[in-house]
Amino acid sequence: MIDFLRGYEDYLGGWLWEMGIASLATLQLMFVSFWLACAIGMVAALIPMARIKALNLLVKLYIGFFRGVPVLVILYWIYFALPEMGYEVLVVSSYTAAILGLGLHGGAFLAEIFRSGIESLHKGQMEAALSLGMTPAKAMAYIVLPQAIRVVLPPIANFAVGLLKETALCSIIAAPELMLRAKDLASSSFLPMHAFVMAAVFYYIMSFPLMRAVEYLEVKMGKGLRTG
Amino acid sequence: MPEFWIKMWEWWPEIFPVLLRATAMTVQVMIGALIVALILGMAVALMRISKFKLLRYPALFYTDVMRGTPALVQIFIIYFGLSDLGIEFDPVSAAIIGLGMNGAAYVGEIYRAGIEAIHRGQVEAALSLGMTPARAMRYIILPQALRLMLPPLCNYAILLVKDTAIISTIAAPEIMFEARRLVQATFMYSISGQIYLLCAGFYLALTLPLSQVAKRLEKAKERWR
Amino acid sequence: MKPLLRIVDLHKSFGTLEVLAGISIDVERGEKLSIIGPSGSGKTTLLRCVNYLEKPTAGHIYVDDKLIGEKQVDDKFVHLSDRELAKERAEIGFVFQRFNLFPHLTALDNVSVAPRRVLGLEKRDAEERALAMLEKVGLAHKAGEYPERLSGGQQQRVAIARVLVMQPKLMLFDEATSALDPELIGEVLKVIRELAEEGRTMVMVTHEINFAEEISDRVIFMDDGKIVEEGPPHEIFANPTHQRTREFLRQIIDR
Repeated sequence: MIDFLRGYEDYLGGWLWEMGIASLATLQLMFVSFWLACAIGMVAALIPMARIKALNLLVKLYIGFFRGVPVLVILYWIYFALPEMGYEVLVVSSYTAAILGLGLHGGAFLAEIFRSGIESLHKGQMEAALSLGMTPAKAMAYIVLPQAIRVVLPPIANFAVGLLKETALCSIIAAPELMLRAKDLASSSFLPMHAFVMAAVFYYIMSFPLMRAVEYLEVKMGKGLRTG
Repeated sequence: MPEFWIKMWEWWPEIFPVLLRATAMTVQVMIGALIVALILGMAVALMRISKFKLLRYPALFYTDVMRGTPALVQIFIIYFGLSDLGIEFDPVSAAIIGLGMNGAAYVGEIYRAGIEAIHRGQVEAALSLGMTPARAMRYIILPQALRLMLPPLCNYAILLVKDTAIISTIAAPEIMFEARRLVQATFMYSISGQIYLLCAGFYLALTLPLSQVAKRLEKAKERWR
Repeated sequence: MKPLLRIVDLHKSFGTLEVLAGISIDVERGEKLSIIGPSGSGKTTLLRCVNYLEKPTAGHIYVDDKLIGEKQVDDKFVHLSDRELAKERAEIGFVFQRFNLFPHLTALDNVSVAPRRVLGLEKRDAEERALAMLEKVGLAHKAGEYPERLSGGQQQRVAIARVLVMQPKLMLFDEATSALDPELIGEVLKVIRELAEEGRTMVMVTHEINFAEEISDRVIFMDDGKIVEEGPPHEIFANPTHQRTREFLRQIIDR
């Protein structure tokens, strides 16, 4: 154990700094992808409300596809396949490809989460709102969605943790984030164990507050539901 | 556009068998990791619910770390890291161990939630009849908990199939790795998009049936409760 | 003859909340004791302490002269291991308010699981005994049914059969009819009455005042974790001495 820790001697300072910066890049990547996934997911969840068969089918296909395929395939497709096939105009930076890939993939999951959140609400809520004279839109905005948001917060926080971990996959398409930096440092120092263990520590530090938030939300939302 | 389809048609005999074999490998790895996770996960779960802090805290820490760090890092540590320390694994073994250990944390949580979901009154009735906690667990709690656990376990299996794509990074001969190798070896760049789409198809062929099974299990669980 | 059940200066606190503040009761062999009182008075906790589902904070419990839940090692008292505790519990029968039948087992299996897994009986013998007990509570014809297909009253009777098959020395009833719809209460009370007439030692926490008056030898009124009043049923119900007892009975009977 002590011998192992000694391996960090020459590198500790530099690595802490470099991995620290890379961690910030990871957080940024995760943050942007998260909102993209939220936007896509929200749209995908609300479209079925318009009751247009063709759109419904499209959404179903989208969700079914992206939930059944690994995110890595999506990343490969956006980053490698598009330029290789000759679509020069669609070439994007690895960073953009990462965001698009994580966003598209995550959007399908969030769509499911939003949809089941809305459905889990007692139908009576919508009916009560409508009988009071609210339009479906108003009922949605003032009654259903506010409650649905409380229900979906824990799974969304959970999704965020997963998203953070997925950023590591973006190293494969050379997006600037922690895992890529860790690989570099591992190969330049010939100390893969040390590099990856330190990277793991950084990831754990980043995910720790999120995981505790998930637990907190699960308890809090669970209590709220019982009274409702 | 038609050219692409012609090219696909031409090269089909080269592409399909490769991907099929790779899918078989993916399935192998997934089953191996699943078995490891199911067994190790039971140990983790029992430790988590034990009365002894000495067992509870390590299990809790293990679960938290496994769930808080990317599977990719864990696999890299096992494949590259351990070889640095002298313990070598071939890619497939590293994959099974890595994904299995990662899975044990998730599966452990599923077991734990299932066990804890069994109404406390059941436990008390069993204890009042003179069963030891161990007997109560075996005859009353676990049989019921097992039925509750099946849907989430099925969902985990789906996640596992998708996670196998990660091991392409350590050169395990699974779908993504073989696909990429094929494209680079035969210069099929112009249809690389279609090939990856084909890969997606193979993954869907594995995950869609599992989703159906999960839905059926979910319905069965509702009825039984 | 020594009392079958001796509760000696029992105290129980949950954190800072003291639920039992020094309870001492002796129950003779064959005696039927009813415990009544408002919610929060500690009566359910008292019952749960007797079969050690709750660990007392202080005090001791003896069933048939044997210390329950602990053993004396030299001068000190030590908690029992799970196995020793399980053995003691097998001799005490506990009927729960919410039945707590095992949903994954048929009625017959519910009643025979303890004889098989605790007493070690062979499947055939266990099922024979189980069937006899189901017969006794009038449910032999439902032996193959799962709990979800039984009414509340039927479930509680199966629960009683499950307890009886273990041939307990002492039977504890924790508000056995409180969770039942009114029309189902009768069938359960009928079974309990029969058990009483067989000379069993029974301690019942109950809200059924009339029933308690009919079959009890003694009634205890509890409030705030203490025994307020005790005596034969006709004394307590007809002529309560304490103000609190009077108030409580007035509330119950006005219902």
